Amino acid sequence: MQFMSRERIKDHWREQRIFFFRALAAGIIAALLILLLVSRLVVLQVFNFEHYSDLSRGNRIRIEPIPPIRGLIFDRNGVVLAENRPAYQLEMVREQVPDVESTLKRLTEAHLIRETDLAGIRERLGRTRKFEAVPLRFRMSDEEVARFAVQRQHFTGVDIRARLARHYPMGPRAVHAVGYVGAISNNDLQRLDPTAYAGTSHVGKVGVERAYESSLHGRVGYRQVLVNAQGRALQTIENNPPVPGKDLRLSLDARLQATAFDALDGRRGAVVAIDPRDGGVLAFVSTPGFDPDRFGAGLSHEEFAALNADPDKPLFNRALRGNYPPGSTIKPLLGLAGLHHGATTPGHSTFCPGFFQLPGREHKYRDWKREGHEHVTLFDAIVQSCDVYYYEMALELGIDRIHAYLASFGLGEASGIDIQGEKPGLLPSREWKRSKYARPADQAWFPGETVITGIGQGFMLATPLQLAHVTATLAARGRRLQPHLLAAIIDPANGALEPAVTQPLGSAGSDEPGYWNLILAAMEEVVHGERGTARAIAPQSYRIAGKTGTAQVFAIAQEEEYEAESVEERLRDHALFVAFAPVDAPRIAISVIVENGGSGSSTAAPVARAVLDSFFEEPES
Amino acid sequence: MIFDDASGFRDTQRLSIVGRVLRRMHVDAVLLSALLTVAAFGLVALYSAGGQDADMVMRQGARIGIALLALLLVAQLPPGVLRMWSPWVYLGGIMLLVAVLVTGDIGQGARRWLDLGVVRFQPSELMKLAMPMMAAWYLHDRSLPPSTGQVFIVLLIIVAPTVLIALQPDLGTALLIAASGLFVVLLAGLRLRLIAIIGGLMALGAPLLWYFMHDYQRQRVLTFLNPERDPLGAGYHIIQSKIAIGSGGIFGKGWLNGTQSQLEFLPEPDTDFVFAVLGEEFGLFGLLGLLGVYIFIVARGMFIASQGQDTFSRLLAGSISLTFFVYVFVNAGMVTGLLPVVGVPLPLISYGGTAIVTLMAGFGILMSVHTHRKLLSR
Repeated sequence: MQFMSRERIKDHWREQRIFFFRALAAGIIAALLILLLVSRLVVLQVFNFEHYSDLSRGNRIRIEPIPPIRGLIFDRNGVVLAENRPAYQLEMVREQVPDVESTLKRLTEAHLIRETDLAGIRERLGRTRKFEAVPLRFRMSDEEVARFAVQRQHFTGVDIRARLARHYPMGPRAVHAVGYVGAISNNDLQRLDPTAYAGTSHVGKVGVERAYESSLHGRVGYRQVLVNAQGRALQTIENNPPVPGKDLRLSLDARLQATAFDALDGRRGAVVAIDPRDGGVLAFVSTPGFDPDRFGAGLSHEEFAALNADPDKPLFNRALRGNYPPGSTIKPLLGLAGLHHGATTPGHSTFCPGFFQLPGREHKYRDWKREGHEHVTLFDAIVQSCDVYYYEMALELGIDRIHAYLASFGLGEASGIDIQGEKPGLLPSREWKRSKYARPADQAWFPGETVITGIGQGFMLATPLQLAHVTATLAARGRRLQPHLLAAIIDPANGALEPAVTQPLGSAGSDEPGYWNLILAAMEEVVHGERGTARAIAPQSYRIAGKTGTAQVFAIAQEEEYEAESVEERLRDHALFVAFAPVDAPRIAISVIVENGGSGSSTAAPVARAVLDSFFEEPES
Repeated sequence: MIFDDASGFRDTQRLSIVGRVLRRMHVDAVLLSALLTVAAFGLVALYSAGGQDADMVMRQGARIGIALLALLLVAQLPPGVLRMWSPWVYLGGIMLLVAVLVTGDIGQGARRWLDLGVVRFQPSELMKLAMPMMAAWYLHDRSLPPSTGQVFIVLLIIVAPTVLIALQPDLGTALLIAASGLFVVLLAGLRLRLIAIIGGLMALGAPLLWYFMHDYQRQRVLTFLNPERDPLGAGYHIIQSKIAIGSGGIFGKGWLNGTQSQLEFLPEPDTDFVFAVLGEEFGLFGLLGLLGVYIFIVARGMFIASQGQDTFSRLLAGSISLTFFVYVFVNAGMVTGLLPVVGVPLPLISYGGTAIVTLMAGFGILMSVHTHRKLLSR
């Protein structure tokens, strides 16, 4: 075998010789490497000695970051939603301050920094690099600037600098969509590259500001400066300017946004409007709002505590995270489901006596109209919002088919809008109930629960965003498009536009156009028909298709503590309204929720009308 | 001087009393004095680099003491015993590396430490010696130069711990340990053709390595290729370090007078960048002197290796000496901007770590090889 023939006898002399030559080769290579190293040292220490000596002796080099200018945010028509304004801030360079603690103490006594900010300031002092200015106080008032100016000589190493601060012209009206920036916290540092944020004090915390942080931020620049022994900059050697962040154009329409916010008139609620043709979000309102500028300036502890403790929860983004029972607004969808699965037919008629009973049971499921709607078809049941018809149909459909059909419209899952923190709502199913409850007795799904699911009550929950998305899908006859706030990213250097891509989410509902015609016609009748629940808002100049909803809130009332006088108001039903317009070629779909607003027709529908009026009115110019 | 006692063991009577005692203790006085010279120089440098902290110098001194004990201990073991232990040390090391990946303590984002209750221990340190021992053990009674199949097996021996250490992740150490194994094969007489093939494979493996790298490691490589890219982050180290060395000039600014290090412009002056402190304070002369002693140590090591009486001794001693050279070169290269910042300390001088104990134990092996030779009839 070849194997055997290759076996050799160990030859010690030969091996030693091999080793010797290899060691010699290694030695030669090592010598060459040492030669390389030594010549490097000679270059550095002999030829470039003067250069490096200058840099090190007397004058020293320091590298200062130059923060980039944050990109602007515009609405679809170019209205500014977020911009940068010069503002004065108090800064400290740790290395230049003889006694940091005493300086901080004296600044506090002079009311130039707040006692409650000290913890945050120490945190920042602990993590900045050498000779980097640490902000002590953002956005000083003119009075404070003047007060510091007269005592400046007492505060070595502390100075006022003009920086750019974020300003939101729409204030509370757009805060839940645009978001805000705040001082970088240790938490933020976990997800940020500290080098890219050298010299930057603020970062997007929520909303568009957070979601598109990487585009808005830009690239940090730096300059090499010569500094004297005290660290004062003497001369700039090299300047590498920062690259400003990209601007954003949103699909949001500032006018609609303002109209919706004002129409809610300080009540707790939300409005979401979506363009059913491309999924662009036209309005995204949650009330009450709060002033985003104050977050950038640095809220005091008390201010933040007050916002947090406000019973109206202004910090809570209802449009994105508010889980509400959809109530009767779900009826058009369930009607489609009933037709699709043959649980009902367009001609099928039911007698509504004002209540419904499961076979062999005593319990009466009431219709909202005590005296009943008498004989109703599916069309009538949507127009007049008959509950009994839907109790019956839901039972016929069964929870499994209801779940599957509604799920195809995206209920029970986040829509995937391009800002963080969306809640998925809740679309109940047998499986969900099994995993939700521990006791086997609670795990079973009861027919009564199917019955009330038929009118969007019971376990089912949806966010205003989801309801707007579903309505947009109805308007587009089943074509689902992912909602998005971004319209385009703009490079401010050359104006190059990078448009947002609309993500199709497939199609939902039925292939039978007749079913769509019936349901959408019924929704039009809700607004424009003689017996429609929202007939009060019917406009003359354009046609709306809509659906009212009224959701019981007992669950919420049990969960939370309220002050005695407000209890009654907080026990009222939530008012809901969903709509799209114009009926024949929909350009806007909208959902409105007014917490404890009473009935959808009287409270929520007028809000939608106001927004739609603003939409169809010619833009002011 | 390096070669002066080539026949030293034949005429012991010519050695002084001290020499005879040291020989009895299996210590090579020449190598030991070079090592002590560097270590002493290191303590002086640390006093300056560490902000003139006498306690720190004491702690480092204590570490050197422990390391010297390890050297003495290892030197007592004849090469034959070391050889017999090699596979077990290697297997134990592999198991500890696996254990560290599963349960290890996380220090600065990487799992490198194994907590043994009393002491925390880095198994990769053990592997620094176990790797060349194992490779030399495997090739010991083969006929050299090794066949392709044998080379392949040695490569497997090298790859296993390298991957385990790279996963910690500690890429710098992984590569150095792989190098110590490769040196064994190279010294064993790897054929040129195979060297070319392995080199080719490594070139192909580079993109794969890139894929497995952590972000901070990629940043280091990119920054090395273009330091201007990141002047606020990793590039800052190199810029400041070059200023420190360059401003030292030919004669240096004098001990404790380096402005770059004393004013803390230089990052990590007492560990990875201590070479820059030396360059600033002792100038080109100081660095050349230090490099001279280092070269002397390597040369003495290679001389001892060439005098080794069996294949195992020769290969192991040669690999340890060459690896030591690589440590010196990589650290000096990194600090002077020739190589990327890879976090390799300057041997015998950088503060801290268990590395110095391993290093001295390695030199213990060299001394064992040199002092356990028997008279051979030729």
